Amino acid sequence: MREIMYAQAVREALYEEMKRDPRVILLGEDIAYLGGAFKTTEGLYLEFGEERVRDTPISESAIIGTAVGAALTGLRPVAEIMFGDFITNAMDELVNQMAKMRYMSGGKLKVPMVVRTTLGAGRSSAAQHSQSLHAWLAHIPGIKVVVPSTPADAKGLLKAAIRDDDPVVIFDDKMMYKLTGPVPEEDYVLPLGKCFIKREGKDVTVVATSSMVHQALAAADRLAAEGISLEVIDPATLSPLDTETIIRSVMKTNRAIVIDEGYPYYGVNAEMAAVIMEGAFDYLDAPVIRIGAANTPIPFSPALEMPSIPDADDVIEAVKKVMYT
Amino acid sequence: MIKLSQERSIELYRQMLTIRYFEEGVWKVYANSWMPGLAHLYIGEEAVAVGVCAALQPQDTITSTHRGHGHCIAKGGKPNIMMAELMGKANGYCKGKGGSMHIADPALGILGANGIVGGGFGIATGAGLSAKLLGEDRVSVCFFGDGAANEGIFHEAINLAAVWRLPVVYVCENNFYGMTVAQNRAMLLECIADRAVAYGIPGRTVDGNDVLAVMEATAEAVGRARRGEGPTLLECQTYRWGGHHVGDPGTSYRTAEEVNAWKARCPIKRYRKYLVESGRLSEEEADAIEKQVQQEIEEAIEFGRNSPFPPLEELYTDIFVNPIPGSRQ
Repeated sequence: MREIMYAQAVREALYEEMKRDPRVILLGEDIAYLGGAFKTTEGLYLEFGEERVRDTPISESAIIGTAVGAALTGLRPVAEIMFGDFITNAMDELVNQMAKMRYMSGGKLKVPMVVRTTLGAGRSSAAQHSQSLHAWLAHIPGIKVVVPSTPADAKGLLKAAIRDDDPVVIFDDKMMYKLTGPVPEEDYVLPLGKCFIKREGKDVTVVATSSMVHQALAAADRLAAEGISLEVIDPATLSPLDTETIIRSVMKTNRAIVIDEGYPYYGVNAEMAAVIMEGAFDYLDAPVIRIGAANTPIPFSPALEMPSIPDADDVIEAVKKVMYT
Repeated sequence: MIKLSQERSIELYRQMLTIRYFEEGVWKVYANSWMPGLAHLYIGEEAVAVGVCAALQPQDTITSTHRGHGHCIAKGGKPNIMMAELMGKANGYCKGKGGSMHIADPALGILGANGIVGGGFGIATGAGLSAKLLGEDRVSVCFFGDGAANEGIFHEAINLAAVWRLPVVYVCENNFYGMTVAQNRAMLLECIADRAVAYGIPGRTVDGNDVLAVMEATAEAVGRARRGEGPTLLECQTYRWGGHHVGDPGTSYRTAEEVNAWKARCPIKRYRKYLVESGRLSEEEADAIEKQVQQEIEEAIEFGRNSPFPPLEELYTDIFVNPIPGSRQ
């Protein structure tokens, strides 16, 4: 299969869906002439025109609010928030408007829109351009939250999100935009709300999100040499969550680790650990270990930043702990 | 002045009365504990909702506010279905899931009242964007209060609509108080419409207690919008007779003299006087309409009281259009 970069896979999904449905429009900061800060919308305004690929003022609340209103009245907007950190500027629109329109109206309104944004540290961008805030939105009923882990998944999940009639927020790890991988050239749509088993194994279940899937897979490769077999589960959609696949895996392996780049407390990894506790407590041979970013504002200096990001070494250390070796 | 047929001009009177008696009915419903929660009454401001909506077409949309009953009635909302919603009943506009602050009905062009101050700015702007991109002859109206004019989204949304020339009319109902804080304690401007200059769009301040003046100013703004000339900031100066909500007497931050001065400028009495003096309506006919409206509201209250509460299963419905089978909700 042909291999392309994650950012190209995102662009391909946007291109295909805009071709397929004239109601799909894009709006965001610097997405037209520049093609997006991460090149995910490169050249799309030349294909579809400036009416459908819209550079906005630097107004995150208005970007999301306008997308909500447009979605309520016949368009299928894809709004981009350049850095995940900037969703904080638009929280009312995301949490009080987008997420609740359908419920508050007793099902009379629908909000078919997608928000694309980023997570992840590792670029020396310091504390306001590096956070992983996906848990903030996964906490809110009424939003589907997606964290793809590969170029192919990015394409398949984004296409599914655009076709879905509910608000979907997709967090891409910005460190993966240049990651290359096989991506189907055809109309490739993956299901929302399903975990993907990225590697089958028998000794320890590692629930890993976004780029942390690759850390888990790297750890699995290294541990295989020692005869330890990891099963790597990628939830892909954090909300609503396919708990069954996770629980079934832990029932098989009896040991579990959770790794997510968000902060370690009150976050995604805490939730995954609770799901495992509730669903497979009697099957566990060791306490669940969760691995997250250092619980600090993200530092600028690589000397501090890189150790603050979870990695394969952390997974291996945790595996040894849950296996009592 | 705007020219209306006799029938149309009487209809505006009926709508204002419907809002007035609806709100008095809500007060009674609240005082008798027939509804849960609170409500924000529109008494005194009726000419704004009615005057604005009189200048709209059925396909035009509105976003409303926490003080939204008047907007819904003026856009075609039925008092009985609204009353059922306020009481949290299953056959209310939102199955009882939204209540007083969240009435929505896309069939009437009501994109939702909103419990967040300024919550309608983004939505109304987006409705303008869809009208423009889909080529639909549809204008979007955003009702908001003087308090909302100090929210950040006021600036972001109006600026965006201006730069994209969207068919939106931003209607500020300036009742001079953001909850309890007077306008002159929250901004230095006297006319909120003056802020239009900052966005390069027209701004206009009108007497919000004069239904025909409101209608005329709205028609001008709507005309601009329909012609593709972009948004307008329209300020309608008015006054809420009561407190911020049914539980607030509204006396700790306003003087009785001020309240009484505004009551003397009642938009409904004033319009009735105009209708009678211009020979459009006799006193007897006006009284008869008033009785009909009172009766309709009494029936609406009964309808609400006799309606069932939603079944418990409704707790988990309407979160998504497409719930995902097998995944945890």
